[in-house]
Amino acid sequence: MSSARNRELFALVPVALLLTAGFAAVFAQEEDQLGNLSLIYGAYFLAVCLATHVFLRIRLPNADPYLFPLVATLTAFGLVMIYRIDDGLARDQANWFVLGLILFALTVQFLRDYEVLERYRYTIAVVGLLLLLAPRLPGIGQQVNGAYLGVKIGPLAFQPAEFSKICIVIFLASYLREHREVLIVGARRVLGVTLPPLKHFGPMLVVWGASMFMLVFIRDLGSSLMFFAAFLALLYVATGRFSFVVIGMAMFVVGAWFFASTVPHVHDRVEIWLDPYVDPTGTGYQILQSIFAQADGGLFGKGFGQALITIPGTDDPLLPAAQTDTIYSLIVNEVGLFGACGVVLVYLLIAARGFKIALLANDGFSKLLATGLTAVFSIQAFVIIGGVTRVIPLTGVTLPFISYGGSSIVANFVLLALLLLISDRARREAAEPSGRGLALGAT
Amino acid sequence: MNRQIVKLFAFIVALFGVLVAFTSWWSVFDAEALKEKEANKRPLLEQQQIRRGRILAADGTVLARSIPKGSGDNLRYVRRYPEGSLYGHPIGYSFVREGDTEFEQFHNDELIGEDSEFASILDELTGGEQEGNDVVTNIDPEAQQTATAALQEVGFGAVVAIEPRSGRVKALVSNPSFDPNRIPFEQEELNQNKIEAPLFNRATQGQYPPGSTFKVVTAAAGLESGAITPETPIDAPGSLEVEGQPLENDFGKDFFGATLDTALTNSVNTWFGQLGQRVGNETMFETMEKFGFGATPPIDLPEEALSRSGVFDGDELLGRGEPVDLARMAIGQERLLVTPLQMAMVAAAVANGGKLMKPQIWSRVVDPDGRVSKRLDPSEYSEPISAETAADLATAMEGVVSEGTGTNAEIPGVPVAGKTGTAETPGNEACGGGLDENQAWFIGFAPADDPQIAIAATVECTEQFGNDVAAPIFRAVAESILDGE
Repeated sequence: MSSARNRELFALVPVALLLTAGFAAVFAQEEDQLGNLSLIYGAYFLAVCLATHVFLRIRLPNADPYLFPLVATLTAFGLVMIYRIDDGLARDQANWFVLGLILFALTVQFLRDYEVLERYRYTIAVVGLLLLLAPRLPGIGQQVNGAYLGVKIGPLAFQPAEFSKICIVIFLASYLREHREVLIVGARRVLGVTLPPLKHFGPMLVVWGASMFMLVFIRDLGSSLMFFAAFLALLYVATGRFSFVVIGMAMFVVGAWFFASTVPHVHDRVEIWLDPYVDPTGTGYQILQSIFAQADGGLFGKGFGQALITIPGTDDPLLPAAQTDTIYSLIVNEVGLFGACGVVLVYLLIAARGFKIALLANDGFSKLLATGLTAVFSIQAFVIIGGVTRVIPLTGVTLPFISYGGSSIVANFVLLALLLLISDRARREAAEPSGRGLALGAT
Repeated sequence: MNRQIVKLFAFIVALFGVLVAFTSWWSVFDAEALKEKEANKRPLLEQQQIRRGRILAADGTVLARSIPKGSGDNLRYVRRYPEGSLYGHPIGYSFVREGDTEFEQFHNDELIGEDSEFASILDELTGGEQEGNDVVTNIDPEAQQTATAALQEVGFGAVVAIEPRSGRVKALVSNPSFDPNRIPFEQEELNQNKIEAPLFNRATQGQYPPGSTFKVVTAAAGLESGAITPETPIDAPGSLEVEGQPLENDFGKDFFGATLDTALTNSVNTWFGQLGQRVGNETMFETMEKFGFGATPPIDLPEEALSRSGVFDGDELLGRGEPVDLARMAIGQERLLVTPLQMAMVAAAVANGGKLMKPQIWSRVVDPDGRVSKRLDPSEYSEPISAETAADLATAMEGVVSEGTGTNAEIPGVPVAGKTGTAETPGNEACGGGLDENQAWFIGFAPADDPQIAIAATVECTEQFGNDVAAPIFRAVAESILDGE
């Protein structure tokens, strides 16, 4: 009955091997000898993965078999890279990984009937917005590099935007599921452009506009781009109206131009992106060093543990924020273009599986939720990789499952849990001969 | 909705395609250009972690070596120059912040061990540490010291000593020099010192009017083209009008029916002026080019440390067929500017029977295991004149030293061939604008019958003549080299 789980189990084997080999390589580089610690790390990681696998076997036997191994690949790879930067950080990250899996399990356990989320969509939307606002609140907010990204309550620090993205996607998916028909039917042509009916579009605009405003308010450009892209993706999938996307783009261009010319923080980011050489040791330092690190990697890279991260003899960073923002550049530096293409391919495969789940899902909410979660995840990877490769201005979002950071790991595991929940139901219904699949297939 | 989901996925695929394209661009296609960027300190930082090889003099004296600082990830090597300013030129320096210059720059690949593609691939596969090779030079410490001391006595200037049959550079001195060890602290200051210009290698970058030493080139063109033979008499009056201006001999002395020997021995301006006109523009330039004029000198130093020699119109080098005052060019005036290295090459070519060997500072590369991985194979740059012409010139140049204008170059018991030069440089800003300032020269080789060394020595901003200040330097350096053999 659970051939899917068997496939998952087999797919986990190469992940464990990759992790062990990676740790071994870093160890060999740093200790000049191959300690058995690398094997212990590998075994520990494999044990945690196996436990998760057994849990999935029991709770979600029909869920997509490839998503978890793909995510484990990224996590393993991220752990090796972070270990290579600082073994203390790697220990933290490993703990976050376990905590992420615990939240993953809790989500699977208690949200089996995830359509319950639809009932609380406005509550969830408000929570999402409050989360965004939190870093600006006095007492708990934290400013990092000119952006208000973090919240600190006692010893616990986290980045609420990572969780907020899930809330906003849930709200959008739920709202669009209910109103997509009227959005399509009620659309009117004005001056040759198809416009959505304001009455039904309004609430969504409010939530979306508020989130955009919050993001500008907290100066988190990366997240705002991510949220905006997810919004457009969902709108397009729900209505099939490309013109809505065009209108959205136009709104974005106007908005971006407005903020770029009025908010100094945004303006600076764009200027640096256009010409980083203006101030190569100041504002342009991070993006230039990011690109120089990639140039240093070439086709095959310098090997694990071989790249320079700080200026030798000092603690001055040569690649600033190597464990978070610029970790992709470090990957190119150490494993080269080929290794980096491998990482991009894994993200692409995750996107493929996610959209596959959306295709298989039978009801509108599941479809839209799977689409939204997959889109926001993919766009997040694009925003940060695009940032460090100068495709777009560099902004601080994490590279999902690879970058160091508890909030990112935990939030993305919750995202993964939701995808697997949708997948399990869709595949189970597809397997049942009298499923609702046929009846609702036309939605 | 499924159709839209598929389209959305296609869009995501396209986005990721853009990421791969940009990554490819930075990491592979544009990588070389990025490594050259001023803001990119990575290549230098990485080199700093490689133990750079030593630079040695011909006798094994260590001229540059790297010492380790820190350990582990913080291990880096810092360059030390035990001999200080004595080898500031031509060795130069190599530091992370300040960059590489001169010999250190030119031989960088060998010094950091990147000379062999195979070895570095092997290193990568075996995880071996990249190690630099030692580079041994031809420089004779005694000659370098002698030349430096002799120059320091008389003023700013340069000396280049070359072994004629091989092109090996035995001494290359530019005074004033600098202590490479001080570069990390004083580079800015040294750069801004425009009068002493200690970072400027006068021997290879300095462009000076050659004065009468250029008559050797004119004579070579005359003999080689058949315009004259050693016996051809030319009437050389004390004064001759050329292009509306009088061209005069020293003391206005007449030399009627003079042949080459007499003319060179007495450095007769009107004789060589007429010879230049007789030889003609085309042949003069052709001969100059064969001696290396007009081209970047074929020595193992980076282009930034080298200047070309020739007739200049502002910054522009004039070539064949362009209008020049041939008579004045023939005696080293006109707008001729030459480097001391170029004049040493002229002397070396005459000394080597007309064959000009490529001047080279390096002699061999020794790998970390002590094996010689590369050895200098002396090669010919050109053959500007025949052996016969070279012999005729040598005879005439011997007369200069034995009974002419260059008697201070005489070495007891050793026949010396040479030529003096004294170019007037009144009002030269570099000399403080004095009206009696000269550029004093001596070029020559010894022993004249079996040349072991060819030398060009020049002193700038002196009120004295070539024979007074430059010839003694030649003599001291030549003696130190001949004694050492």
